Amino acid sequence: MHALRGVDLDLYAGELVVLLGASGSGKSTLLNILGGLDVPTSGEVYYLDHKLTGATDDDLTRFRREHVGFVFQFYNLIPSLTALENVSLVTEIAEHPLDPTEALQLVELGERMHHFPAQLSGGEQQRVAIARAVAKRPDVLLCDEPTGSLDYATGKIVLEVLARVNRELGTTTAIITHNAAIAGMADRVIRMSSGRIVEVQANPHKLSPAELAW
Amino acid sequence: MVKTYNRMLWRDMWHLRGQLTAAALVVACGVAAFVSMRSTYESLSSAQSDYYSSFRFADVFAQVKRAPENLAARVREIPGVAQVRTRVTMQVILDVPGLPEPATGRLVSIPERPRPMINDLFLRRGRYIEPKRDDEVVASEAFAAANRLKIGDRVAAVINGRWKNLTIVGTGLSPEYIYEVGGGTIFPDNRRFGVLWMGEEALATAYNMDGAFNDLTLTLSVGASQADIIERIDLLLARYGGLGAYDREDQVSHRFISDEISQNRISSATIPLIFLSVAAFLLHIVLSRLVAMRRTEIGLLKAFGYSNATVGIHYLKLAALTVLGGDVIGMSVGLYLGAELTQLYRDYYRFPNLVHHTSPHVLVFTVAVSLSAAAIGALEAVRRAAGLPPAVAMRAEPPASFSAGLLERFRLLRWLPSSVRIMARSLVRRGWKSVLAIFGIACGVGMLVLGGFFYDAIRYLMWMQFDVVQRDDVTIAFNEPRSADIRHELARLPGVLISEPYRAVPARLRFEHRSRRVDLTGLSPRGELRRLIDEKLRPVELPREGIVLTGKLAEVLRAAPGDRLSVEVLEGARPVRDLRIAGVVDEPVGIAAYMDQAALNRLLREQGAFSGARMTVDAKQAARLYARLKGLPAVSAVAIRESMLKSFDEILERSIGVSTLINVLFACVIAAGVIYNSARIALSERGNELASLRVLGFTRREVAIILFGEQAVLTLLAIPVGFALGVATCWLLVARLSTELYRIPLVLTARTFTFAFLVVALAAAASGTLVTRRLNRLDLVAVLKTRE
Repeated sequence: MHALRGVDLDLYAGELVVLLGASGSGKSTLLNILGGLDVPTSGEVYYLDHKLTGATDDDLTRFRREHVGFVFQFYNLIPSLTALENVSLVTEIAEHPLDPTEALQLVELGERMHHFPAQLSGGEQQRVAIARAVAKRPDVLLCDEPTGSLDYATGKIVLEVLARVNRELGTTTAIITHNAAIAGMADRVIRMSSGRIVEVQANPHKLSPAELAW
Repeated sequence: MVKTYNRMLWRDMWHLRGQLTAAALVVACGVAAFVSMRSTYESLSSAQSDYYSSFRFADVFAQVKRAPENLAARVREIPGVAQVRTRVTMQVILDVPGLPEPATGRLVSIPERPRPMINDLFLRRGRYIEPKRDDEVVASEAFAAANRLKIGDRVAAVINGRWKNLTIVGTGLSPEYIYEVGGGTIFPDNRRFGVLWMGEEALATAYNMDGAFNDLTLTLSVGASQADIIERIDLLLARYGGLGAYDREDQVSHRFISDEISQNRISSATIPLIFLSVAAFLLHIVLSRLVAMRRTEIGLLKAFGYSNATVGIHYLKLAALTVLGGDVIGMSVGLYLGAELTQLYRDYYRFPNLVHHTSPHVLVFTVAVSLSAAAIGALEAVRRAAGLPPAVAMRAEPPASFSAGLLERFRLLRWLPSSVRIMARSLVRRGWKSVLAIFGIACGVGMLVLGGFFYDAIRYLMWMQFDVVQRDDVTIAFNEPRSADIRHELARLPGVLISEPYRAVPARLRFEHRSRRVDLTGLSPRGELRRLIDEKLRPVELPREGIVLTGKLAEVLRAAPGDRLSVEVLEGARPVRDLRIAGVVDEPVGIAAYMDQAALNRLLREQGAFSGARMTVDAKQAARLYARLKGLPAVSAVAIRESMLKSFDEILERSIGVSTLINVLFACVIAAGVIYNSARIALSERGNELASLRVLGFTRREVAIILFGEQAVLTLLAIPVGFALGVATCWLLVARLSTELYRIPLVLTARTFTFAFLVVALAAAASGTLVTRRLNRLDLVAVLKTRE
């Protein structure tokens, strides 16, 4: 039983890709492989010239540290650190990071940067997570159901932040979701089903997140 | 329903096996300590009381120079006196086959035919003496065993100036000599000191004691006033050279064994409590965590219709089963250790029948107390599980709430990296749990400090007594005071380099209404071999006038330098004088008083008489000196420094190995148990957080540093606390163990602290290694998919 079969996919610099699929379609597994959290049993994964398949745990750790930003459904903030410190956590180990305060201003949380996660709403926590992911200026931003735990209005704010990061910082962004409406903001939409890519569709009429509705 | 539910219990226990095992082992240590010490206490204490009652151990003892036998009748008339036994006892030098040095023997008279008597003789081997035989003795078992003497073997003794061969016809014991030590020492040296029971006619004839006695023992009837009786006996014996009657409290053997028994009772009541408290704490953190993890399941069970009680009891059962597991291990180990401990005591304390036994109520009590600890540990978890409304339980738990606290207010963390902030905040947030963890580890450290202290303190005590205070190689005591001419004879003894004769008389010192019988010793001001020192070990010059007391004697009399004491000499003309206390000196063993030799001679109205001598000896000629001393009629006791230290070393080494091992084991279990459990809880509570860090690009090492950094901080904080705890306990013990027999000095060496530090650091590292395996197995993907 394979979560993914015969997947052949390229991500291009600067694009915003939405991976659509029902739960169990293999989209999370694909994202984890792309992010260096998981390795495929067969096949090859390259980041630019670096081969990720067959890399050691330390190599993958370094890859994540230097190139990838993650945003998860459950935010995964460190509860014992303030918003600002959660961001600094990453900038401390990055080579050319943004200023943590700047990163928080980017997600419009400059005023709440000294709050602890428990003192923030779900949407605010997710924005901190995004700030944390982008603060190290990653080459790739991988978002797994970033709006999955959020209500409609908050979800849209978070998507706007992601679109802005993609636009202003030029970060290659992949968003996985089961919410088909989100596909409207993508450059390319990849549909998955039962571990296969069933359709790759370019989206010439990109919408701004504010225009999305579900 | 119950079947499936019980299966859940076993699965939970299997899931938590590491942590529950740690808690069970801590319980096991506490139970083992309790069962071993309590059963040893019961065994010793029942052996003592059985022995005392069936062999009629005396209540009051008195020595006298020579009193007529008919005085016994007047003693019997004193109201409250039940039975009276008069004896002749003498101290002699023995020549034991195979022993180069002279030994000291105490000859104690027994009736010609066996009959029930006070301080009765228990015949272990051989037979009782035959009537009218003046060359047969029953030897004390410890002495015979130490010298490998068999029935029929002979020892030679100088009896009243005459060399006599004594045949050992039996070996025996007496409740008077359960702990068999010679005068002035506190550690038994069974090769060089022994009791020989001899027919009363033979002994009386040899010492010209026909129709007289020099030793009186009596038992009292219930409700008799001991103090009144002692006073009346002193009055009766005074004109015959009475040395002052005393009760069991001042009887050396009784005092030692009673102190040991009470020590066991106190330790058995305190040490296990520490372990059980730590175990309760461990169960508390493990079960609280389990309830937090099982929130949703608890909600589900309740939604299905399981009652609050059923759900709560699940956690209580978990705690109880863990503790019962610890009980089983602890009891088995405890019974084994108790038997071993009792065996060890058999070497020091001679009972006819010291059997290790445990009464069932000790075991029942153990289970009851440990189950209470389980209940206390489970209380919070049970309360939380039972009180959780199903609807709330099935919702996810909100994120751990952190807020700005002291650390932020004082900006303590401003310049520190995030990893340090994570550690610091989570330690502070855990608050009293961190404090309890520190306390638990500190208990382990404290135990190690205490263990090292005993070893060092006893060594120091011996060093102080035999290197600083007593600087002679050989001390001899004369059977009678000798004139100054004795100096010349001493100088002629082979191998003697320096000899310093001294005068010692028994005396009763009175201050206000308090009094003590002590040896009042006269020292030569230019003497080298016996030094008086102050509490800082500095030599104290002996004043020409007045009397100098040891610190403990001054303390019990509540007298200070400048006070005037009444000194009643219990020898010769028995002068009574008022003397000014000229100083207080420090000595670790016994209580004593000192005076200038000349001043003491003046007090006694005599011209330079001596009671004994201290000597330094040329080691090459020691054997010749010992051979010579064996035949000197004037000498009644010999103490040889080197032999004494050797036998002491043997005793110490025999007991120290096992006790150090047990101590280290217990300390490791308690420290490792706490550290392992806190690390496991931290890993479980913060698995998501640590996995997030790994996803963000932190390496395994960096994440491990955050997790173990916390445990390292707890351990490092615990070490000074443990040192303080250990020192405080040592200090309390020093105060408690400061008796008139000996004082344990508060000696703590760097070695003790280093050892404690190393053992606990190793225990921490070992627990860390166990948890690292789990940290490395952390599934990054799975952890991110589940919500805490």
